[in-house]
Amino acid sequence: MLAVESATVRFGKRTALDAVDLEVADHEIVCVLGPSGSGKSTLLRAVAGLQPLDGGRVLLDGADQAPLPVHRRGLGLMFQDHQLFPHRDVGANVAFGLRMHGVPRAERDRRAGELLDLVGLPGAGRRAVAALSGGEQQRVALARALAPRPKLLMLDEPLGQLDRSLRERLVVELRTLFGRLGTTVLAVTHDQGEAFALADRVVVMRDGRIAQAGTPLEVWRRPASAFVARFLGFDNLVDATVTGTAADTAWGKVPVPEGSPQGDCELLVRPGGVRIGGPADGLRCTAGVRTFRGHRVTVVLHPGDGPALEAECGLRDTPDEGAVVGVTFDPDETVVLPPAG
Amino acid sequence: MRLGLMVVPVAFFALFFAYPVVAIVGRGLKADGVWRFGRIGAVLSRPDILDVLWFTTWQALASTVLTLVIALPGAYVFARFAFPGKQLLRAVVTVPFVLPTVVVGTAFLALLGRGGFLDELWGVRLDTTVWAILLAHVFFNYAVVVRTVGGLWSQLDPRQEEAARVLGAGRFAAWRRVTLPALAPAVAAAALMVFLFTFTSFGVVQILGGPAYSTLEVEIYRQTAQLLDLPTAAVLTLVQFAAVGGILAVHAWTVRRRETVLKLVDPAQTARPPRGAGQRALLGGVLLTVLLLVVVPLGVLVERSLDTSGGYGFDFYRALQSADANGSTFLVPPLDAIGNSMRYAVVATLIALVIGGLAAAALTRRAGPLVRGFDALLMLPLGVSAVTVGFGFLITLDEPPLDLRTSWILVPLAQALVGVPFVVRSMLPVLRAVDERLREAAAVLGASPLRAWREVDLPLVRRAVLVAAGFAFAVSLGEFGATVFIARPDNPTLPVAVARLLGRSGELNYGQAMALSTILMLVCAVSLLLLERIRTDRSGEF
Repeated sequence: MLAVESATVRFGKRTALDAVDLEVADHEIVCVLGPSGSGKSTLLRAVAGLQPLDGGRVLLDGADQAPLPVHRRGLGLMFQDHQLFPHRDVGANVAFGLRMHGVPRAERDRRAGELLDLVGLPGAGRRAVAALSGGEQQRVALARALAPRPKLLMLDEPLGQLDRSLRERLVVELRTLFGRLGTTVLAVTHDQGEAFALADRVVVMRDGRIAQAGTPLEVWRRPASAFVARFLGFDNLVDATVTGTAADTAWGKVPVPEGSPQGDCELLVRPGGVRIGGPADGLRCTAGVRTFRGHRVTVVLHPGDGPALEAECGLRDTPDEGAVVGVTFDPDETVVLPPAG
Repeated sequence: MRLGLMVVPVAFFALFFAYPVVAIVGRGLKADGVWRFGRIGAVLSRPDILDVLWFTTWQALASTVLTLVIALPGAYVFARFAFPGKQLLRAVVTVPFVLPTVVVGTAFLALLGRGGFLDELWGVRLDTTVWAILLAHVFFNYAVVVRTVGGLWSQLDPRQEEAARVLGAGRFAAWRRVTLPALAPAVAAAALMVFLFTFTSFGVVQILGGPAYSTLEVEIYRQTAQLLDLPTAAVLTLVQFAAVGGILAVHAWTVRRRETVLKLVDPAQTARPPRGAGQRALLGGVLLTVLLLVVVPLGVLVERSLDTSGGYGFDFYRALQSADANGSTFLVPPLDAIGNSMRYAVVATLIALVIGGLAAAALTRRAGPLVRGFDALLMLPLGVSAVTVGFGFLITLDEPPLDLRTSWILVPLAQALVGVPFVVRSMLPVLRAVDERLREAAAVLGASPLRAWREVDLPLVRRAVLVAAGFAFAVSLGEFGATVFIARPDNPTLPVAVARLLGRSGELNYGQAMALSTILMLVCAVSLLLLERIRTDRSGEF
């Protein structure tokens, strides 16, 4: 459906997109994930035709989009802050794209009503957009983008400005909705939770390049680099030298899975793989700050030597702040990454 | 594409502005086909001319400062307070702006001069001082500041100021740090307009200044129409042109530094009834200012139009219905001038909206020195002597392929020249404040650039367009300096008819001039009230 081939965009000396390749298949939901300034929004704008390319191509169904201006590409784009038209009511906003495509009035009204039902705002057609809450605006923006049945729907930080609980609910709703409609989606976000819940496939970007692409599970289980690992929220990273199934680190010997690359590397230990035992077992640490996440707790552990560690444990096993504990590592929860630098 | 939009406005200005002005300057400075630039130095070293230059400059500065000081509280009150009769009051303060300058001069003479209102009451006379000129200038330009600054002010989100207050800024500091910077482009634009109008002031100075005070424009008129000294008039036109060019350059520079994307909100949400003694006192002060500055001079005008030798009555108005009452002054009944003026003003407004709208659309994106130069170019008609433009029309547009001398379109064309800058000035700040991504959203949904402009920009600037149309209509109705040269004797406009009546002696002529001015004032007031109604009817859409 969508193919981006070595797309390059430069702003003066800065390269916002550096020869990016990306494919999105029919009915697939792809999420581009990255910190701000990584080029992900530029990628969306380039696909939409809002940002001219300095190199490379954008193909839709095999056709080069270069000669097509924005309004002929037949795409949908949901803007970060929605950009609803302030001078039109909800219904007119939703029907805007249909009107631009010359759909007759009766058909427009019917479809706008349908879409408002679909996004959970039945009968909101006459309301003023200024009177909508953030969540409602987001739904209207979605309905507006979906109304002309775009070949590809693009979402720019779709849930960025909403509060957490609403975001978590909406992301599930969105995935269900897109699945039901068979919509092809290219979304952009800086929130990993959002990306992983929404996407069939995740693309992590860094400095205008793709750092890793894969299914959410693949990326989550095997981050390709220390950058991706950190971006996903993993902070247990340490320089290591692997020999056989053991890595030599500032935390002492840490077991690694069989078949891991040998030699110098960066080692990731997921917090779930940090086991807390009695003070006599393994690496001696002092328990620090605890963060409560539902039924799991994250504890920061300070070893006598080396960087701090994060451990995840059950409520019952949580050590008190200041307690001295011993730490062992689960080889299945460690990942050998290429050396830093 | 964007540059393409500029073609029509550029062609319009080249043909109907640059060409006539250059031609008349050329006629003044050329002798036997040779340019005589030495004449410039000769004219400029004359002490009487230097006096004119000095007076023109300082009275314009003083008028501008005085207008800002008096009108800025008014802009605030109109922007932030909701009170009964606001629409009416807004129209009332705008009326002076559209009155013929000659009438304003006379009204102030009647108020401040010998045997005038204040003279009768307290023996106060100001007509021999520059104060009469300054006050008349404030009277004229009060609306410029109130509408330009107040219009933007009413759309600024008050929560911005509230955010600053919460962050620890005092009331004044919050205003100075948050609101003032946002208002600065509008204040600069308003100040520039006032300076230009007063710098080129004509009718007011001619009547109230007497022989003691003369501005450049008055001197150009005197040299052109009375002394037939075209070389001196040409030099003075160039001086005025250079001065205005300098002012516009400074303005372009300040605006460029200040313009930012503003978050605009519905004015209906920002205005609320005044609270507390301080705010009520401010409102009272502004109302009193409007009463003394605007209503009293207009009242004197109406009073005089009814003050016949046989007591109060409508004799002067009745006399307007026939051409014969004034001997050979008119070929047609003076009342016909109303229809002429309305027709001309409507056509001039349409021309100004099309030309100014295209220019504003082309200038929306700030890019490159070309665009900025064009921006400044559009303001020039405000600063170039209207007398020169009118006279230039006569000597250039009189031969094929463009023989317009006998065509009625000549008058609206000249009037539209003055209207275009208003249209551009009113629309541009709002157009530039429209979030670019709204246009992008429309484009992604299938709107072509033209369609996106129509669907997004146009509705958002509708208010600004209406304000622009109102201004263009008003200045067209009141335009005098150029029209007096090109309006045909059988089709006079209201200001031309008034001036013709004032130029003749006798109580009947004077009274008829007052009556005709009163009619013009009422026509303007009604038009403006209609405009205000449209504005409020549509405000719900924002």
